[in-house]
Amino acid sequence: MSVSTVDPPVESAAQQGELEEVGRGGWFVRITIVVIVVLWMIPTLGVLITSFRPEALVDSSGWWTVLAHPFQAGAWTLENYDLAIRAGGFGNAFLNSLAVTIPSTVIPITIAAFAAYAFAWMEFRGRYVMFVIVVGLLVVPLQMALIPILRLYTQGVTLFGMQIFPDPHLDGTFLGVWMAHAGFGLPLAVYLLRNYIGSLPSSIIESAKIDGADNFTIFWRLVIPLSVPALAAFAIFQFLWVWNDLLVAYVFLGGAGQNRVLTVALRELVGARGENWHLLTSAAFISMALPLVVFFSLQKYFVRGLTAGSVKG
Amino acid sequence: MSTSTETSGGSGGTPGSVSSSRRLALALRVVLALAVVVVAFLVLRETFDFLRNENANRLAVVGVAIGIGVGGVFALYWGMNRAVDWFPASFRESVRPYVFVGPCLVLLAVFLVYPVFNTLLTAFKDKHSHEFVGLDNFRFVFTDRNMLRSIRNTAAWIILVPACAVTIGLAFATLADRLRRGEAVAKSMIFLPMAISFAGASITWQLIYSYRPSGYGTNIGLLNGVMLGLGQEPVKWLQLQPWNNLLLMVIMIWIQTGFAMVVLSAAIKAIPDEIIEAARIDGASELQVFRRVVVPSILPSIVVVTTYMVINAMKVFDIVFVQPANAEANGTVVIAERMIKWFFLNGHDGRGAAIAVILFFAVIPVMIWNIRRFREEEAIR
Repeated sequence: MSVSTVDPPVESAAQQGELEEVGRGGWFVRITIVVIVVLWMIPTLGVLITSFRPEALVDSSGWWTVLAHPFQAGAWTLENYDLAIRAGGFGNAFLNSLAVTIPSTVIPITIAAFAAYAFAWMEFRGRYVMFVIVVGLLVVPLQMALIPILRLYTQGVTLFGMQIFPDPHLDGTFLGVWMAHAGFGLPLAVYLLRNYIGSLPSSIIESAKIDGADNFTIFWRLVIPLSVPALAAFAIFQFLWVWNDLLVAYVFLGGAGQNRVLTVALRELVGARGENWHLLTSAAFISMALPLVVFFSLQKYFVRGLTAGSVKG
Repeated sequence: MSTSTETSGGSGGTPGSVSSSRRLALALRVVLALAVVVVAFLVLRETFDFLRNENANRLAVVGVAIGIGVGGVFALYWGMNRAVDWFPASFRESVRPYVFVGPCLVLLAVFLVYPVFNTLLTAFKDKHSHEFVGLDNFRFVFTDRNMLRSIRNTAAWIILVPACAVTIGLAFATLADRLRRGEAVAKSMIFLPMAISFAGASITWQLIYSYRPSGYGTNIGLLNGVMLGLGQEPVKWLQLQPWNNLLLMVIMIWIQTGFAMVVLSAAIKAIPDEIIEAARIDGASELQVFRRVVVPSILPSIVVVTTYMVINAMKVFDIVFVQPANAEANGTVVIAERMIKWFFLNGHDGRGAAIAVILFFAVIPVMIWNIRRFREEEAIR
């Protein structure tokens, strides 16, 4: 660019090039991005490298030292993974995590999408009050709810010594965990989805109504397809949240039963000795595998073409 | 859906036959509806028995569970919507909104509202929630040294974490949007920490912050590796007051920036290309395009993300809680961590509940701000 200021004819050519380049990545953009990405990757890289190093080396030298001579004999091993998989009973735990996570993602999204549509586009009494209460519930700390809910699951409801709701035997069941996760995830889901669905152009909804479509049809055929990016975004976050959750799964499914999930298995693998870094790191990477696959496969939903034009109010 | 009612009613010839055929149709419907309920109940009972079977094939159990869970929620809404179609036309449409929001409200009532009232009551009771003790628990909350410290720390978390995460996330989303190649890869790298559980993240950051005094093995934390490389003494990072708070916040920023980045990136991509192109053709510089076009367009998303992060920062506890170092001695206490401490570890229901109540009321300003925005948005439309 500095050359162009010297030579006028070149300048105009350069400016024209710049006009095309505008909005495209220059060096500044690329370097900034690379710097941030590298900073962000360092901790994960540490875990990845540590998980492939022999136990003795993990404890006696920093993980970054291996980068200086990466091809030394005995610097790498797969043993940690073998140990983590065999010692932890990870097959069942992985399946259980799926059985907990998939419905715990689909149920709150479905429920929240219906509610968000109603809050945004249907007229009914108490609409504001209900929405405000739902958003307000965002702040309820999850931990606050665990003990009352567990009591509810194992004892039913007793009021003044009278059993008004029988013991539902929900502790240790998938259904119990799904409902708990759905309940805890709903405020955020409703809040995000109402924001998105509410910003859909009213002309689309109005014209569908004029064409005689009922609310269920508008919701199912129009609002849901238009809201795919928001739904996908929330699905990813709820999936990750549930997959990585230890507390809810531990409280409602227990630490030892058949339905034990991956995070609980991980926790038991860690055991009392928190310094087993060769095992901790490989186990951590096993539990990260599926969330990463989900994110990469759903990423296409964030692509520009899907949202451009049609969805901005 | 509503057409079926009209055709079945209108097919009869004389008024008398109309009413009798209607009555027959109504009876059939009632029987059918009851049959559906009974069959559904039996199927559900069988499946739940199967799911409880310890000896069943794990893959089959998991498959059935997923099928029931996912199919069930769709069936629920479809069924309820059909049921509303059978209502008299006069109040059909005034009932339908409640069908849409009903399941949401029921779940929230059971899983959040009921526990809130339960906790409110507990906050005025003693250690084992037997007797009422008035305001004792709240007096403790506002006089205990660690509690006061946790309130100050949480205030810092609420301001710094969302500010950093949203700023970096927005900057990164904007810049990555301009990459010709590699946008997806770069974004995935920033998002990656979101895939790690809090417990995993704290393991991860131990590899950065770890400290061992000389004579107790090599320092395997990266920061101290750097210090040694520079010829300095290793530092006890997580006991370095007050900076240790900042170092813990970095962990949360590291995790949450990906969230901000993905949501804001989706919002940026939803801005119609023509608007941005038009601004550029009109001679706006890139900075102007960003400040005058991009930011106003995605403001709702920024507000949503910031709100979410403020609330998350208010509730943060795992990051502080799983640190091997003692939070009280190191001055890294936060409100939510205090709550867990009193509720679960010290077994003092009343104090734990009182702290939860404080936490609950602290967010009211955020809520009011949001409600105002909600109303303004309604007014514009």
